[in-house]
Amino acid sequence: MSEYSGHDRSGASVGLVRRQSFTFAAPPDELTLESGQKLGSITLAYETYGRLDKEAGNAVMVFHALSGNSHAAGCYTETDEKPGWWDNMVGPGKGIDTDKYFVICSNIIGSCYGSTGPASPDPRTGKPYGLSFPLFTIADIVKAQKRLVDHLGIPKLLCLIGGSIGGMQALQWAVDYPEMVHSAIPIASTAKRTALSIGLSEAQRQAIMADPNWRNGDYYGQEPPNKGLALARIIGHITYLSEDSMQRKFGRKLQENAAFKFDFSPDFQVESYLHYQGKKFVERFDANSYLYITKASDYFDLGEQRGEGSLVKAFSQTAAKFLVISFSSDWLYPTSQSKDMVTAMKKAGLDVSFCEIQVDFGHDSFLLAHEQLTRLVSGFLNRMSQDVAGRTNVGKTEGSHAL
Amino acid sequence: MRFDLQIIASLVAPQTRVLDLGCGRGDLLEHLQRNKQVEGYGIEIDEKEVIEAIEKGLSIVQGNLNVETRDFADQSFDYVILSQTLQQVYNPERVIEEMLRVGKKGIVSFPCFNHIAIKLQLLFTSRAPLTKELPYEWYNTPNIRVITWQDFREFCSDRGINILHQIAIATHHREESGKIVRWLPNWFSKYGIFLLSRSRSGGGINPQE
Repeated sequence: MSEYSGHDRSGASVGLVRRQSFTFAAPPDELTLESGQKLGSITLAYETYGRLDKEAGNAVMVFHALSGNSHAAGCYTETDEKPGWWDNMVGPGKGIDTDKYFVICSNIIGSCYGSTGPASPDPRTGKPYGLSFPLFTIADIVKAQKRLVDHLGIPKLLCLIGGSIGGMQALQWAVDYPEMVHSAIPIASTAKRTALSIGLSEAQRQAIMADPNWRNGDYYGQEPPNKGLALARIIGHITYLSEDSMQRKFGRKLQENAAFKFDFSPDFQVESYLHYQGKKFVERFDANSYLYITKASDYFDLGEQRGEGSLVKAFSQTAAKFLVISFSSDWLYPTSQSKDMVTAMKKAGLDVSFCEIQVDFGHDSFLLAHEQLTRLVSGFLNRMSQDVAGRTNVGKTEGSHAL
Repeated sequence: MRFDLQIIASLVAPQTRVLDLGCGRGDLLEHLQRNKQVEGYGIEIDEKEVIEAIEKGLSIVQGNLNVETRDFADQSFDYVILSQTLQQVYNPERVIEEMLRVGKKGIVSFPCFNHIAIKLQLLFTSRAPLTKELPYEWYNTPNIRVITWQDFREFCSDRGINILHQIAIATHHREESGKIVRWLPNWFSKYGIFLLSRSRSGGGINPQE
């Protein structure tokens, strides 16, 4: 996700929030990962907003993408420069209305925002894991989150919402823990990474690994591979934009000079913008986390992993209701991939809604304040809470026999 | 709600599963869900209308009605509705066959080109008809199919489609009131509404079986 996530102009906010953490899977009860390796103990950082109702039926879980964290909304202190990454969507009266819903946002394993990841100390050595941190998958991320939701005493989540890799988590949750999921909204996401996105992911990883400071992941306490990580971010950032939005924002505008400099320092505004994005990113993100999380997303193929090659079969294991949303200018997870998901859900007899929003900000559109997105999310959530309250008979599809 | 939609709603039995092709903002589905407790599903291509319908709490898939029905299993809906869209589709024959594949019954409504005003206009002006219900010129009309009451009945008969119910109505487009035409529908119907089935158990006109 980008650095420039939209600020909310409504002024409404969940206010001051606090990051919490939950530690579990202490040895010898480590979490067994899909690779067969074990990880423990595990700490997950998370935040909650709003209030859980008596029946614990109003819990909405929000998932962050590659470089996000548990800080989805509000501020930590009065003087914070920026609120959480989805503050335009999460808050009182907003798309995910914290007056109505109890919102949970958990950091993912492998990340570097207070959760166990490659920069955390390995209990066996006391030193940072580095590359001895086990590789994990989206299913592993979700498995750890499930422990958190159990810990919070929530038997069933009203809705799971996430963009990009966050959408993958929502899909995985619905299939792996169907009894705990009433509905899900995957936004700008996919049921499997394609060759194009895996290729782009690998280019980003290679940028990090080609930096001599990377030292096979063993750089903690030394100069980190900032050049490699910045380059990875630059490549990634371009994939989150679109030709139209870049053209409109930068065109061929030159930096300070009116003429070409005829050297390899940035001439164009777009170049210095990307350099700035890279530079800012290395201040906040760990290079190894970037490697592990991109790899987890590359491994994601729900049909292969949960349906023996059939996405329909994978979705047949859940009765969750879905709202799938894509953006017309997203070329990283294009609409066609969302439609593939919708087709499989329909064939599996699920209650699914789908909308492609016409917008030219590319993949990153899900983070920007966008009226249509907000209306879709709040309308769908409203129906879901009515479902749970039993006030309506809308969409009582159960299992594949119904269609 | 439009008068033709009110008539269509009256044909739908309560607590059934309904697919509305080209559902727009979902007025009909919302009405059916509220008053007949149906389980509704809509297909609509226009983004703005899709968002409005989802906001209302309906299940809607944005897409082309020719494509989106393909993922549904045979006879998976009790009713499939196509209201005032038949005259705009490129391949009406395939759409109706598909409606009766995924639905046990189909409900079709369309503007009739057999209304007396249209007949007289063609006779006296030699111009393609232009009415309140069909307000377009020949070169910009979305209504690429010219259908009459009689044509549609023959179409069904030729394909072994049973007409379980046929209702001719006279109203103005988008108007919420109108009346049922019981006398000479070939002259006075502005819209035709047909309840169809491809019943294997016989009944109705079905020359193929």
